[in-house]
Amino acid sequence: MRQSTLFLTFTAMNILLFSLLMLHARTKPAGALAIQSSCAELVKELLLTDLCLFTEARYTRNPAMADLHSPFQDHPLSLEHFPSGSLVMPPAVIRRGYEPSR
Amino acid sequence: MNRLANRYRNILDFALSSLFRRKGKNLSLLAIYTLIVFALASLMLFVSAMKREAAVILKGAPSMVVQKMAVGRHDLIPLRYAAEIGAIRGVGEVMPRLWGYYYDSLIGANYTFMVSASLADYPEDIIIGNGIARLRNLAEGDIMPFNAPDKSPILFNVRRVMSHESELAAADLILISEKGFRTLFNFPTGYATDLALTISNPKEVAIIAAKIADRFPDTRPIPRSEILRTYDSIFDWRGGMMIVMLSSAVFSFIIFAWDKATGLSAEERKEIGILKSIGWETSDVLLLKFWEGVVISLSAFLMGVIIAYCHVFFFSASLFEHALKGWAVLYPRFRLVPAIDPYELAILFFLTVVPYTTSTIIPSWRAATADPDTAMRS
Repeated sequence: MRQSTLFLTFTAMNILLFSLLMLHARTKPAGALAIQSSCAELVKELLLTDLCLFTEARYTRNPAMADLHSPFQDHPLSLEHFPSGSLVMPPAVIRRGYEPSR
Repeated sequence: MNRLANRYRNILDFALSSLFRRKGKNLSLLAIYTLIVFALASLMLFVSAMKREAAVILKGAPSMVVQKMAVGRHDLIPLRYAAEIGAIRGVGEVMPRLWGYYYDSLIGANYTFMVSASLADYPEDIIIGNGIARLRNLAEGDIMPFNAPDKSPILFNVRRVMSHESELAAADLILISEKGFRTLFNFPTGYATDLALTISNPKEVAIIAAKIADRFPDTRPIPRSEILRTYDSIFDWRGGMMIVMLSSAVFSFIIFAWDKATGLSAEERKEIGILKSIGWETSDVLLLKFWEGVVISLSAFLMGVIIAYCHVFFFSASLFEHALKGWAVLYPRFRLVPAIDPYELAILFFLTVVPYTTSTIIPSWRAATADPDTAMRS
């Protein structure tokens, strides 16, 4: 078989798979939609304001409700949602309390 | 027509055999190229799906939430504020929300407690999120102990576990009666955590927010639009953070691909010289190089996007889980609603396929326009 035939077949299969995925995205699977509607109902019923995505600290659990500036308040090394949190270390006096005892 | 198609097929055949002659180099290039497209496409699909999910789910969030501020921080709000805010024209209902956090030192997880009116008659019962049930191995009818502020233990009966479908909104949620909440947290009567407002006319939200801020200078009104904007900026930033981390890999790839695509080896120059001397035209040589570029870049693009789609929508973006989880012990399990934005895909295509393909053609054009004798001797 010619190499070009193999390549064209492979590309055609890729394009077919790609088109099927586009179709899959358009049809929206029932399972994922059930999750979305269940969460939306719960938000409406319980008057929730945030998604339960980052439970590590209270200002990441409810970022929309958090104090405007709340760095390092739950754990000195916790991931911050402010960009500076990944660059600035907390003061040594706070860090000391979390260092393992020797 | 047939002759033209046959000509293209022959050139494609030649391009493929030319790529196979440098099998190791080209296969590794294809693998890295696919990996880069996969990482960028995964991130793009995940971020846009999460933004869409947040927008759809939080559509039902309160029109506005009013918090009280004290010494620059969120404080408990007196219930008398509710009556006064309710009297402002345009405000529908004012519902005090009672909620707070509880740190479980046993497993190091944070729970969110929220008062639900459905449990008003069951002060000893709680309804827990599926994430907590999974983490603590709890089921309906089990007892869950908590510590009051004075460290005295308080036991609650698990009345129900919320469905796994609700995890994205309530994996860490514990619903409790008002009486149970006030007892557990020693929460003062006459206060709430914040107030949720219903405003039927969305055009009045900004005016009402201004009135509240004017009458109660110690409050912070948070309209729904701001809640949604918070999620947009979070995902933009988290997505941007991943891009920063990925950028070193992307730049290494660009250098590798640029070197591979632009710097023709002596062997390749010689090959072009021979092809020209046996009668190939410059356009044929350019077509050959174009096909070589297309074979690599188109295959990498299609494979990368297909794998990324499966990763994000069939395997819940499991490779990003650690980046999103951070220090959290409790992480929701959820499946995103699949969605593809053709505009974003087009951008990815033009950023990955087009530069590589064009960068393979330019040096070949230089070599192909040179004298065949010089090209063979170089």
